[in-house]
Amino acid sequence: MAEATHGTGGLKYDHSKRKRPQEFNVLIALVLIVATFEILGQVLPYMEGQSLLFDTGDRFDTIFNEARLRIIILQVAIVGIIALGVTQVIITGGIDLSSGSVVGFTAMVAMSFAQVAEVNGMANPRAIFLDQGWVNLPVVVPVAVGLCVGVFAGLINGSLIAYTGIPPFIATLGMMVSARGAASWWTRGQPVSFPTEGYAAIGAGMMPVVWFLLLAVLFHIVMRYTVYGKHTYAIGSNIDAARMSGINVKRHLTLVYSIAGMLAAVAAIVLSAKNLTAQAGMGIMYELDAIAMAVIGGVSLQGGRGSIIGTVLGALIFGVIISGFTYLKLDAYYQEMVKGAIIVGAVVLDQWRQRRNADRV
Amino acid sequence: MIDADMTNTDKVILETRDLTKHYGGVHALEGADFVLHQGEHVAIMGDNGAGKSTFVRQITGVEQPTRGEIIFDGAPVQFVGPLEARRAGIEAVFQTLALADHLNVADNLFLGREKTKWDWLGPFRFLDYKRMHKETVAALEKTGVKIPNIHNTIQNMSGGQRQCVAIARTASFHSKLTIMDEPTAALGVQETEQVENIVRTLKEQNEPLILVSHNMRQVMDLVDRIVVFRRGRIVANLDRDQTDGQDVVAYITGAKTQPEYDIDGAA
Ligand SMILES: Nc1ncnc2c1ncn2[C@@H]1O[C@H](COP(=O)(O)OP(=O)(O)OP(=O)(O)O)[C@@H](O)[C@H]1O
Ligand SMILES: [Mg+2]
Repeated sequence: MAEATHGTGGLKYDHSKRKRPQEFNVLIALVLIVATFEILGQVLPYMEGQSLLFDTGDRFDTIFNEARLRIIILQVAIVGIIALGVTQVIITGGIDLSSGSVVGFTAMVAMSFAQVAEVNGMANPRAIFLDQGWVNLPVVVPVAVGLCVGVFAGLINGSLIAYTGIPPFIATLGMMVSARGAASWWTRGQPVSFPTEGYAAIGAGMMPVVWFLLLAVLFHIVMRYTVYGKHTYAIGSNIDAARMSGINVKRHLTLVYSIAGMLAAVAAIVLSAKNLTAQAGMGIMYELDAIAMAVIGGVSLQGGRGSIIGTVLGALIFGVIISGFTYLKLDAYYQEMVKGAIIVGAVVLDQWRQRRNADRV
Repeated sequence: MIDADMTNTDKVILETRDLTKHYGGVHALEGADFVLHQGEHVAIMGDNGAGKSTFVRQITGVEQPTRGEIIFDGAPVQFVGPLEARRAGIEAVFQTLALADHLNVADNLFLGREKTKWDWLGPFRFLDYKRMHKETVAALEKTGVKIPNIHNTIQNMSGGQRQCVAIARTASFHSKLTIMDEPTAALGVQETEQVENIVRTLKEQNEPLILVSHNMRQVMDLVDRIVVFRRGRIVANLDRDQTDGQDVVAYITGAKTQPEYDIDGAA
């Protein structure tokens, strides 16, 4: 695009000096974090010169340590799917604390429609709907049921927030508790296992990563190039301006939370298919991990700012840090504590950025 | 009470009868009878606290009047909110701006009425960025608004530039009635000129305008008629060609009141 088209009124604009996009800074942070772990691997005596991402010289196929890379992306893929929805919610200026519990409940429900009739020639001991004959169903049934559960939970969140004015924090906190309760109630606490091959295939091998990337591309396009995306940003940026512009803010918020619920359901289906089982405790704390990924990726908790690309990078940073701690042989206790510190740090960074922006006006 | 010397026989676009707003004990607006014709540009003048913004807020549905009638485009209206007024065709720039900080100029200009393609996708229909960009540049060039990079988000722009965007947005709506409440109060000399250019464009297009302003030169330059408010009441309705700055100031300060408005000697 010619430079002259950027400005009006004859003002010159130096395109080469424009500000870097936020995502670029996140990418730099990712590289720096990887570098830090690599250096620690060389420096700490007990590490014996091991590398985080690169082969240590014993193999000749590629220079990367594929096993660890695979673990990192598999680890973040499922929570990453949730983070795609959480990103949209946070961009509207809201928050969704219910996604982890929605994962639990959805996994239970979807799995109970995905069970086989027989295991090793005997009736499936865990089958929920054996008497009804709802076993060996085609894979679309559990998937459709699961998605409906997720959308329904999101719909309740969204309508509560949009139409009754309950703060998102409270509304989704309520859903967090209720959906977790529903997950236990569904089978009175029993796990649900033995899915059909078709269902299991959804989560087999690297499939979680495939779903994550596909959905990331889809929602990148949606947020960047569609009216839905534009209105999502507008609401988070200035809800009064959005309302005055004729945007149906209530309906839009309901839609955003419903999509977040649907993405939590996708995560639940992929997760239960991968584990071949569902339990009421599935997905505990996932909501916080998903929020952390978004915030690390530059999504502002004050709304209006952030992107899907940022969140994907944030998810990678998250995965690298967790893997890095295992690689440095640090206790899981430290991992949790540091995770908390990272979330707080990202929020502080965001507020500092916002204030700097505000000062310039 | 409708103006006796009003010779304009055009269609009446807006009329208020006995429009009144009390905030508790504060009589911010009292019995305002006001008429605006198609294509007419009217200035509202008056001291701080005279009730000008209050008047605007009643017409644009931001507040509901205590008493009185508003007839817009031939029918009585009672807007429950500013959005309803906007849908009916009343476009307003308020003293406080309504822009989305994190969006750029084109996004703000087209917010809520985006140019789109593949409309069958419903809420997920695609934005026609190219077309919106072209129309934005055209709209801004026409008004002479100076913005270094229209891809920048609004939050990085100067107050004057933001104001210009808000006004360009308003002017490009082709609404039935445009209202500007002190649009140039915070602007520099050049930006003020740009806003005045926008106002002139509206005049050429025969679109009616209510302009609240303290700037006597601007008012004398731009409008056909001046309505003076004092202490919540209309005290004068002056044809621009039959008055001058001193005369208007006399009405603003209370040295004079037109006889037909001197109901109870409130002045
Ligand atoms: N929400 C409110 N509650 C109580 N009093 C109000 C309210 N809004 C305005 N007023 C009072 O009504 C009167 C008219 O205010 P208004 O904002 O209409 O003045 P104005 O003519 O627009 O003045 P300015 O030129 O300073 O903008 C003032 O005395 C003001 O204090
Ligand atoms: Mg005012």
